[in-house]
Amino acid sequence: MITASAPRRAAGQTRGRPSRPPAPTWLSSPLARQIKAPVICIGLTLLVWQVVCSLSGSAFPGPIQVVTQTWTPYISKPFYDDGGTAKGMGWQILISLQRVAIGYSLAAVVGIAAGMALGLNGFIRKGFDPMIQVLRTVPPLAWLPISLLLFQQADLAAIFVIFITAVWPIVINTAVGIQEIPQDYTNVARVLRLSKRAYIREIVIPSTVPYVFTGLRIAIGLAWLAIVAAEMLKADGGIGYFIWDAYNAGGDSSTSQIILAIVYVGIVGLILDRLIAYIGSRLNTGAH
Amino acid sequence: MHLSVSGVSKTFGSGSKAKHVLEDINLELDSGEFVALVGSSGSGKSTVMRLVAGLELPSSGTITVDGQPVKGPGSDRGMVFQKYSLYPWLSAAENVAFGMQLQGRPKREVNERTAYFLEVVGLSDAGRRLPRELSGGMQQRVAIARALAADPKVLLLDEPFGALDLQIRETMQEFLYQLWERTGLTALLITHDVEEALLLAQRVHIMAPRPGRIVRTVEGKLDRRDLSFLRLSAPFLELREELANYLRVLDSTMG
Ligand SMILES: Nc1ncnc2c1ncn2[C@@H]1O[C@H](COP(=O)(O)OP(=O)(O)OP(=O)(O)O)[C@@H](O)[C@H]1O
Ligand SMILES: [Mg+2]
Repeated sequence: MITASAPRRAAGQTRGRPSRPPAPTWLSSPLARQIKAPVICIGLTLLVWQVVCSLSGSAFPGPIQVVTQTWTPYISKPFYDDGGTAKGMGWQILISLQRVAIGYSLAAVVGIAAGMALGLNGFIRKGFDPMIQVLRTVPPLAWLPISLLLFQQADLAAIFVIFITAVWPIVINTAVGIQEIPQDYTNVARVLRLSKRAYIREIVIPSTVPYVFTGLRIAIGLAWLAIVAAEMLKADGGIGYFIWDAYNAGGDSSTSQIILAIVYVGIVGLILDRLIAYIGSRLNTGAH
Repeated sequence: MHLSVSGVSKTFGSGSKAKHVLEDINLELDSGEFVALVGSSGSGKSTVMRLVAGLELPSSGTITVDGQPVKGPGSDRGMVFQKYSLYPWLSAAENVAFGMQLQGRPKREVNERTAYFLEVVGLSDAGRRLPRELSGGMQQRVAIARALAADPKVLLLDEPFGALDLQIRETMQEFLYQLWERTGLTALLITHDVEEALLLAQRVHIMAPRPGRIVRTVEGKLDRRDLSFLRLSAPFLELREELANYLRVLDSTMG
């Protein structure tokens, strides 16, 4: 903080201008400077939202109503449990996260394995490429009916939807990563006469890690997107179910509950994205 | 050690797509010699090196090391490439140790040799750094150390300094020359830089493109006691100019 402001003051003095009295230190701290813009802009957005809602006299809640109407129990007690599906939003999110965790982990394992097969073998790649290109564009919810028919159970069906949504970017990025291995990495390996297994372990895996994480990061976003949607159509419990349930209940505070849930969904999605990015950067091998 | 390339031709593909890249290449390399191959881009220099390395097989002709035909890559021929040669996820020392570990050498020997070869290339202090934390010149020195550590009979260098700034390139040329003098290594250097070839090699083969072939061989009998002096000396400059012109003419008549 002091080092950052020192040169500026020095420059001011050489031009013979009197230096301004220093601002309160908390205001010029790096953290304050970083959050200043977001705080102002978010504050303004909330203000406009509140003013529009108040002036128009509509039943649609402004931010203040959203908070007051949902404070008890949804904000103050995120983990209350009245039995059945009447649970706090913390629980609902955990239920959704659990489904995502299972479907996403499966997608990661299958996706990386399939991507490696595709990347290492030209025949498999050429053979499956058209199919992958078609399937990866299918929207998540289009998988739900077939998935329900297949598994006869809402929970498994939702997990399958997560899996099938998340798997494509992982497959594709892993395969691309393997194909992008610089020829010279491979040449060095050949001069050392690496066995196929050593080649995969020592060269293919480390040089493909960044690509795999690109795929994993895209996939976690899609998985979170898909779970909320899938739970809205058919599920007991989960944040998507909560939103749809609130909508159907149609009570006074329903809209506020839905808005609050959307905020939670967004924040959790962001955290998931950052988490994968963080793990990726820790494992970053600097390849390519 | 004796490396012999005799009557080697190379054609990629077949039928109407066939590409005749090399025609009747002949060259010899004895222990302790430093030989260079110069030619413009696309003249097939890298292909010659890949053939010697065993990464490709000749369409006709033979390549032998100590009388044994080359059938594939092997640790008796170390390679240094223009770029992307170090593994970015391994530190400098791990890169040097990589091949030795796979050769199944004992751990202690690997460590000793790693330290020794890092010292040979003047990077004893940089062992723990990752390639991206090293300058381009340092990276290439690590790559040379890695190639030498596998104890090759001949070192194959494909434009090892091609990606470096001019000034660093000159430093690296002097480094390589001193390394050669000190360790008595045997080297085949591929470059499109006439000055580099003349400066370092006792014998320079000049390649013409389409198809790639050796059109002239120069035995450079120059006084190499001081390379930076040699660079500016009249006989050297004359020879350099003559060969550079020769290459230009080749290129314009062939291209
Ligand atoms: N695997 C291959 N298949 C088909 N053509 C090839 C192959 N490898 C090289 N060639 C062709 O052979 C010719 C010579 O290539 P090579 O890389 O040996 O040239 P070079 O002298 O090393 O050029 P540069 O200075 O650009 O590195 C080029 O026209 C190239 O396109
Ligand atoms: Mg080349």
